[in-house]
Amino acid sequence: MAEHIIEFRDFGFQYKAQQSPTLYDINFGIEKGQKVLIAGPSGCGKSTLVHCMNGLIPFSYEGTMTGSLTINGRESRELDLFEISHVVGTVLQDSDAQFVGMTVAEDIAFALENACVPQDEMKQEVHRVAQMVNVQDFLGHAPGEVSGGQKQRVSVAGVLVDDVDVLLFDEPLANLDPATGKQAIELIDDMQKQTGAAVIIVEHRLEDVLHRWVDRVLLMNEGRIVADQPADELLSTDLLDRCGVRKPLYVTALEYAGVTVTPEKHPHHPDCLTLEADEMEQLRRWFDKRPQRAPKEVGEVMLEIQHLNFGYEKKDIHVLHDISMQIHRGEMMAIVGTNGAGKSTCSKVICGFETPNEGQITFCGEDFATYSIKERAERVGYVMQNPNAMISQVMVYDEVAFGLRNRKVPEEEIATRVEEALTVCGLWRMRNWPISALSFGQKKRVTIASILVLGPDLIILDEPTAGQDYKHYTDIMEFLLELNARGITIVMITHDMHLMLEYANRAVVFSHGRIIADDTPAHILTNPKVIKEASLKETSLYHLAMKCGISDTSAFVQWFIDYERKTARHDESV
Amino acid sequence: MTNLFNYIERKSAIHNLTGATKLVCLMLWSFAAMGTYDTRYLAVLALISMGLFKLGHIHIKDVSFMLGFTLVFLVLNTILVYLFSPQHGTEIYGTTTYLFGLEGYYAPTAEQLFYHLNYWLKYFATLPIILLFVCTTNPSEFAASLNRIGISYSVAYAVALALRYIPDVQHQYYEISKASQARGVEMSKKESLVRRLKAASAILVPLILTSMSRIETVSNAMELRGFGKNKKRTWYMARPFKIWDYLAMIGCGILLIITLFLNHVNGGRFYNPFI
Repeated sequence: MAEHIIEFRDFGFQYKAQQSPTLYDINFGIEKGQKVLIAGPSGCGKSTLVHCMNGLIPFSYEGTMTGSLTINGRESRELDLFEISHVVGTVLQDSDAQFVGMTVAEDIAFALENACVPQDEMKQEVHRVAQMVNVQDFLGHAPGEVSGGQKQRVSVAGVLVDDVDVLLFDEPLANLDPATGKQAIELIDDMQKQTGAAVIIVEHRLEDVLHRWVDRVLLMNEGRIVADQPADELLSTDLLDRCGVRKPLYVTALEYAGVTVTPEKHPHHPDCLTLEADEMEQLRRWFDKRPQRAPKEVGEVMLEIQHLNFGYEKKDIHVLHDISMQIHRGEMMAIVGTNGAGKSTCSKVICGFETPNEGQITFCGEDFATYSIKERAERVGYVMQNPNAMISQVMVYDEVAFGLRNRKVPEEEIATRVEEALTVCGLWRMRNWPISALSFGQKKRVTIASILVLGPDLIILDEPTAGQDYKHYTDIMEFLLELNARGITIVMITHDMHLMLEYANRAVVFSHGRIIADDTPAHILTNPKVIKEASLKETSLYHLAMKCGISDTSAFVQWFIDYERKTARHDESV
Repeated sequence: MTNLFNYIERKSAIHNLTGATKLVCLMLWSFAAMGTYDTRYLAVLALISMGLFKLGHIHIKDVSFMLGFTLVFLVLNTILVYLFSPQHGTEIYGTTTYLFGLEGYYAPTAEQLFYHLNYWLKYFATLPIILLFVCTTNPSEFAASLNRIGISYSVAYAVALALRYIPDVQHQYYEISKASQARGVEMSKKESLVRRLKAASAILVPLILTSMSRIETVSNAMELRGFGKNKKRTWYMARPFKIWDYLAMIGCGILLIITLFLNHVNGGRFYNPFI
């Protein structure tokens, strides 16, 4: 038997402040050089497990450990945090927070500085590692000057300098756009091959991690490990569905078409997938029997942007070039593109947070230029990504009433409008709760309610589902669908391709401050040119369709979404 | 957005000095300038400090905000001193020379104006040096320097980290304030001071909450990479002392000695031209 570098035996953990344990009966080992994915919904104990492996438990978070956890053959509670950090290198989810140095070079050197490595040796080591992850040209750059993907490379380098045996990645894809996420998975794979370290990736976006080979997948649910097997086997069971972890789309498509997925078909990657001729035929038949789509009626133009130009004067950089687009009443649309492509800036210009250099914005025929931020907010609401950045009151009711009170609306009118907004958002029974007692998703609803109460016809949401697992993601998105059905136009800024495919009827693609596409999501995600230019990622459904000889790939993708909306989601709600 | 404290990377003789040197020089210089009211010497120090400012390739527009802020403060300070103690100059110099043919408690005296002149000179002798220090010292090198002069490295690093996160917090403040304005928080000058203070709290609460959760993550990130393990640590940005470093420190040391010498000769901190 190969040597286990990390080994859990009948392990359990309970936080000091909690009523019941967070982890139960954990039994598994990680061999040297192995690559393991740990998946599971939010609250399943993944983060706690990560903290156990990197030593933050028990050294920073208090609680009771039962059973045994050995790292390199030694019981973890007998080691200290620093000894563990030399064996297990952790790359945190938030690469912004992990970046503690003033420059790239210093950040990479951080662990070496703490280990009192002499300066000249340190400089050599930093250069060596920087080359491995390909950031050698940015050594003098400050954190604000590098992109999200580069930040993550720096984080990886900062851990590699320690010559660790295990690389632990906590949700590495959470803050990355699709193309960068794909590169991150490739980087992790390359680093493992070069260093021979074991790799543990904790992530709920299964399909994206499976882009490169993993040896095993551990599935967690409610504090227990419910599966520990190769990806091919796991994908052939219904365990993922039951735990609320999303299967790769191509696997779901096969299931919809009635094809039985077995380990022999190698479902872990669309390129490896082997299908018999009759199974391909089955998929084609499923596609062919699709009904004709009635073209969706388009409402009147609500918001119109014409030839918008914007740049920060001091830095003299143009962020938006000649942006023109229309948003129709009743739409649910997505704005996509890489970080820094201008999508958030464009929304900020619409809401009046920034003033454009040129161009015109009209809302229902009125010129927006003369409207203040406050006045615009009564027509177009903006919901920030992080709900904590919007919440300033203690109680739910006061938070939602805040905007109206500032507008000196009479208290009786406030009462009725707040009740309405809270009821729509499903928060009425929590109206007297302190906001601190709410979950992330509920806080998000509070911020949406506090915008809704101002009576906008259009809401712009920045990354509405960032960092949410499949269940919470579905909850939030279904809620937005409901709002949309009530006649509120919704614009979502996102780099989640699933979200855009499933929920948007139209998508506008930004790249380097320009709009490069304005089409249905199914068309966009099957158009290689747009995908490449905007750092998006082809949907795996496209590969599946190609494999089975379906030429109209975008119709196939569209049918998949329609089918899922009609059948699958309907089943869930029953 | 205005930058409050910002290291400006340029090539200059001042930039080439190590952070520790600049810190020691700043302290010596401040003691030298604060320790005397000798007009002649303060004028010389003010001239040298402006010369050094030029040598550091820092432009007035780089520091316009800080400069403006200090000037407003200085003017206010002068007015208040005059209002509360218009005879201060007389008390110090022992004579009363009324000017412009006016007399009385609030009438301008040569002594009082001379005192104010000295006060202003003091500012002009120190302010450029402080700004120079802020603009030419790389924060991480500064942390390394603090550590070298005997301050514990956790404290030193905390200072550097605070500087590191200032732009982030500024950015976040900007975003939050815009979002609150959308909800009707009025920040314009039209509103009364009380209302504006209330409005500021609507921005500060979320700002503090988001920063707090940030702190937890950052401190975890640092511990996981061995921060705090050893009594000592090395610094990637540390630089060895060169000949110019020693010369600069000796130069500033001499300035302090001159101050002490002048205090001895003048029989106190003040140079008195009125007797």
